Amino acid sequence: MDNQQQLEILRDRFGPEIVEWKEQWGELTVVVKPEAIVRVCEFLRDEPGLEYNFLSSVTGVDLGVDANPRFEVVYHLYSIPQRHRIRLKVRVNEDQPVPTVTGVWKAADWYERETYDFFGVTFEGHPNLRRIMMPDDYEGHPLRKDFPLRGYRR
Amino acid sequence: MMMSDTPMDEEQRQQQLAEAQSKSGQMGILTARFEDLIQWARKSSMWPMQFGLACCAIEMMGMISSRNDIARFGAEVFRGSPRQADVMIVAGRVSQKMAPVVKHLYDQMAEPKWVISMGVCASAGGMFDNYAIVQGVDHVIPVDIYVPGCPPRPEMLLYAMMKLQEKIERQRMHEQIEQKPKVQTRTEPIFPKKAYMK
Repeated sequence: MDNQQQLEILRDRFGPEIVEWKEQWGELTVVVKPEAIVRVCEFLRDEPGLEYNFLSSVTGVDLGVDANPRFEVVYHLYSIPQRHRIRLKVRVNEDQPVPTVTGVWKAADWYERETYDFFGVTFEGHPNLRRIMMPDDYEGHPLRKDFPLRGYRR
Repeated sequence: MMMSDTPMDEEQRQQQLAEAQSKSGQMGILTARFEDLIQWARKSSMWPMQFGLACCAIEMMGMISSRNDIARFGAEVFRGSPRQADVMIVAGRVSQKMAPVVKHLYDQMAEPKWVISMGVCASAGGMFDNYAIVQGVDHVIPVDIYVPGCPPRPEMLLYAMMKLQEKIERQRMHEQIEQKPKVQTRTEPIFPKKAYMK
């Protein structure tokens, strides 16, 4: 399905909850409000014609210490039957939790743990939210912009 | 002994044998220092422990394979268990999370034991000067031989094994256990937190 067609379907269904959308280099990016992310994901997975059954990845972006909202959580979705892609973004601050999408795709489990480990974004309702790559007692979130490259302790 | 074609050479063969035996004392008694023999035995049968952590493990496998054969130097088998191994070849980068595991496995090895740190990541952190990688495994365990390279060629690692053999040869037996190489202590100061960091 075409990018513009997908966008039309989403806007018909979730009009006020879509904050922004952008199409660049053949890729569609849709920014939604954090409260609506689970419903949007369920709709994208279950709607015939869209059928986004494959969560490629969930990552984070730190927009800088002074940005408000500071973090972006990016979801890359791929549809194996329909062979189209879409990118969803959610913008949050440090203390705002994001609802988890592990109920929609099981793969989100470890991806969200990684985003928590490296950015400090908490996911509400996550079954096992703890550090995945850094040691369990590590302090700090390494991929934030104010975290030094070499770390605080060697 | 030379292979003879004709049966007439049997007598000649017996004669040659007798000559050889008289010269070599009938393969009789050898006297040597006990320590030399022990060190010779230790260096000629060093069994490595397989500890491939990252990409250097591939070159270590290259060293084990038939082209660069490490078995001809006595390292016949790579033991999976540290309790049965003599030398630990740390092949690859050691992350902060893996460092206590490396220490644990090193402690489980029986004396005498040696460590070869293979590649720049294990020797000095390599290209990864960041929060996640220990800057050299010698912060965690004492290292005998460092091998540079990213990754080092199998011939380089083989040369390192030979160098370790030379080191064992000239060491005294008690030195091996009492005088281990130095484990580095932290030399970098703790990075100061700037005012704008939360």
